Amino acid sequence: MTPRKWDKVATTMLYLISGFIIVVLAFLLLYILISGLPHVTWKFITGRSSSFAAGGGIGIQLFNSLYLLILSMLISIPLSLGAGIYLSEYAPKNWLTDLIRNMIEILSSLPSVVVGLFGFLVFSINMKLGFSILSGALALTVFNLPLLTRKVEDSLQAVHYTQREAGYALGLSRWETVTHVVVPAALPGILTGMILGAGRVFGEAAALIYTAGQSSPPLDFSNWNPTYIASPLNPLRSAETLAVHIWKINSEGIIPDASAVSAGSSAILILFVLLFNFAARYFGNKLYRHLTGARERG
Amino acid sequence: MKKKWLYLLGLPALTLMLTACEFKQTGQSITAVGSSALQPLVEAAGDEFTKENSGEFINVQGGGSGTGLSQIQSGSVEIGNSDLYASQKSGIDASKLVDHKVAVVGVTPVINPKLKLTNLSIAELAKIFSGDITNWQQLGGPDQTIVVINRAQGSGTRDTFERWVMKGQTSMQAQEQDSTGMVRQIVASTPGAISYMAFPYVDKTIKTIKVDGVSPTSANVTTNKWQIWSYEHMYTNGQPTGLTKRFMAYVLSDKIQQKVVAEMGYIPVNDMKVSRTLKGKVAKINS
Amino acid sequence: MKNDEIRASLLKRSRATKNERFGKILTGLCIAIILTVVLAIFYFVASKGLATFFKDKVNLWKFLTGTVWNPGTTDAQGNPQVGALPMIVGSFGVTFLAAIVATPFAIGAAVFMTEISPKVGKKVLQPVIELLVGIPSVVYGFIGLSVVVPFVRRTFGGSGFGILSGTFVLFVMILPTVTSMTIDALNAVPRNYREASLALGATRWQTIYKVVLRASTSGIITAVVFGMSRAFGEALAVQMVIGNAMLLPSNLISPASTLTSVLTMGMGNSVMGTLSNNALWSLALLLLIMPLVFNLIIRRIAKKGAMHR
Repeated sequence: MTPRKWDKVATTMLYLISGFIIVVLAFLLLYILISGLPHVTWKFITGRSSSFAAGGGIGIQLFNSLYLLILSMLISIPLSLGAGIYLSEYAPKNWLTDLIRNMIEILSSLPSVVVGLFGFLVFSINMKLGFSILSGALALTVFNLPLLTRKVEDSLQAVHYTQREAGYALGLSRWETVTHVVVPAALPGILTGMILGAGRVFGEAAALIYTAGQSSPPLDFSNWNPTYIASPLNPLRSAETLAVHIWKINSEGIIPDASAVSAGSSAILILFVLLFNFAARYFGNKLYRHLTGARERG
Repeated sequence: MKKKWLYLLGLPALTLMLTACEFKQTGQSITAVGSSALQPLVEAAGDEFTKENSGEFINVQGGGSGTGLSQIQSGSVEIGNSDLYASQKSGIDASKLVDHKVAVVGVTPVINPKLKLTNLSIAELAKIFSGDITNWQQLGGPDQTIVVINRAQGSGTRDTFERWVMKGQTSMQAQEQDSTGMVRQIVASTPGAISYMAFPYVDKTIKTIKVDGVSPTSANVTTNKWQIWSYEHMYTNGQPTGLTKRFMAYVLSDKIQQKVVAEMGYIPVNDMKVSRTLKGKVAKINS
Repeated sequence: MKNDEIRASLLKRSRATKNERFGKILTGLCIAIILTVVLAIFYFVASKGLATFFKDKVNLWKFLTGTVWNPGTTDAQGNPQVGALPMIVGSFGVTFLAAIVATPFAIGAAVFMTEISPKVGKKVLQPVIELLVGIPSVVYGFIGLSVVVPFVRRTFGGSGFGILSGTFVLFVMILPTVTSMTIDALNAVPRNYREASLALGATRWQTIYKVVLRASTSGIITAVVFGMSRAFGEALAVQMVIGNAMLLPSNLISPASTLTSVLTMGMGNSVMGTLSNNALWSLALLLLIMPLVFNLIIRRIAKKGAMHR
């Protein structure tokens, strides 16, 4: 075979592989949506869950998921950004840095149940946060940091060194170069990492069972004072998220319509992940253009 | 300056951490942790309780009987839910804990609905789970391998089943699942599967069988005719006080026992015509 | 007087230097926090996991090679039955198989997105891959249970639960991670490499195969190792389809178990501080150490195979 033919064969193969991945995802999505959407009604989305009778909703769980996502991202984004910048820009290239990098990598393979138990013993019990959104958010931060840090570091590394040299040539300090040139240029990559992270947070169950807990006491949506125990904003209340709810009703739930509720919840979960994806992409593009003055993302 | 975005990100996180330390909540709550089988029951009772007493909340968490007992022993929660007696778990000092038996639950063998079988003896069940009988043909069924699904080691349901069916024999190494929901799905979808589960979880997708001619009903449990049952325990560290005490009384009140407990498929403790000790000594209750 | 002022202004740290120090300290602080967390977890898992060997006097070798896992009971000699070999084999089995299946797909998709059709790639494939990450593992597990397990049962026989089903589920789960990291690795290859190759008259495939992939080998290997680590640590979804039988798997369709599935199942049912609980933490410790080991091995291989940049 001539190289030209090989080229054709290989290209076809690559198309097939990409097509296959799209088919797999399409199948998964359709499967989830088709089995779930028929159960989704407005009452289901906003209603209160039931512990044993049929007809429960997922309103509080959905709110909890979103609140937990925001809290944990507030903690983990600055941390991972800082750590990623340090590793990529400041850390000396020696065995110590390699070791640190390796350790962070290992952390990401820790089963989430171990992270959950660690969070339970450290945040819930030692720091006396109890079963609360805050301990859940901290546990998720632990769970998410390795991936985010790695992603930030990789994105920064991918920025060409000439961009940095241009910054130095203009008399900027290294820190100024990083914040004004390198980070904005790496933003699309960083953003992708954040989306991946957000998706994982939204779908994580095992790490939350022991930290954010699996009960959803009724909330008082008229009282937004975060110190009131039933206030939706209270970070110290126990909060079952959507993913935990799915896990719970499937494992020990005795509600008769468990499969319908779990299918419906999965569909909602997927729709939300879809939503963030598009939102993050849209705003990311805007931000990128704003920060770099580029017309299109690189 | 463009750099502002960096600090904007850091600031909320910092204030959050700080406020969290200086946090005073209004309202009152207690936490009950443990057995996932007991969780729906306590949760339902907690919901009713909060409806009647606004501002007082019962946090109900699962995590397994082992977690419930370790946490109540260390005093980090107010109530520990367990499917087992505290003295059955190694590492637990049962003398400090106060047992509240809040319900009784029956455990029944279940099989894949395609199997035509309706009755098994205790001895046959024991042989299936110890691996001596491996094909349904040996029990007069179709020529099909028996797929045994066990619960995880340390699970309360498994303990009850082994105590009253296996009677000291060890189960063979088989597939294990850590939740009833999974067991139900697997038994429903796997040809030739057999497992066991608590009464409240039984539904149409699987089939229960009689054991020694006795059918698995609540009425048969109350008289001990159906022997595979156990108490559900809520442990407190010392005698309960305050909100915990009021909640425990509420759970044992007729309102919860007759309405919620019975509706969910558990058996109210007050309905029991017999009592049974940990060792298996049965005594009639005179009412 | 005037000289002193100049002297002072020259010796004073400039605004940029202050800025620089500030940045270094700020980011250093972040890495310090992460390191603290990492070390805390290591210490936490190690202290509990090692208790099995030091406090309960379990023989390490027996732990690694024993085939009976029954921490609550003791064997004839009075030793606790904590043999982790079935789980170790199961974990490695699903991990390696999933990585072997997923790698070609991940590389293929990544090459497609960076080299062949970046437009379609960015618009279609990238969102698709990010979405795959967003699907919770519980949902993967249930789809595995209702689709993959019956499929394996019909096609290959057995009960459908086993390493093969676990492989299929993990394949889909690690695909996005490996792909997106491979994309980063490919993007990091400077454009002039490609241009140089094309200028020499190489076809696109030759460029990809002989230049781009070679130049990014170590990045790709990192991606695969990362994916393997995820597979190694995945619990809920695998647990639902692998069958959780603590037996040495005799083939790919007989029920097996992984370190994570046993860990997740047993944690809630055992009491902190007892042998059954410590033994589970030993499994967690293994989970920490194993990826470290194959990380090192693969890095060594990568160093030999990679083209020097």
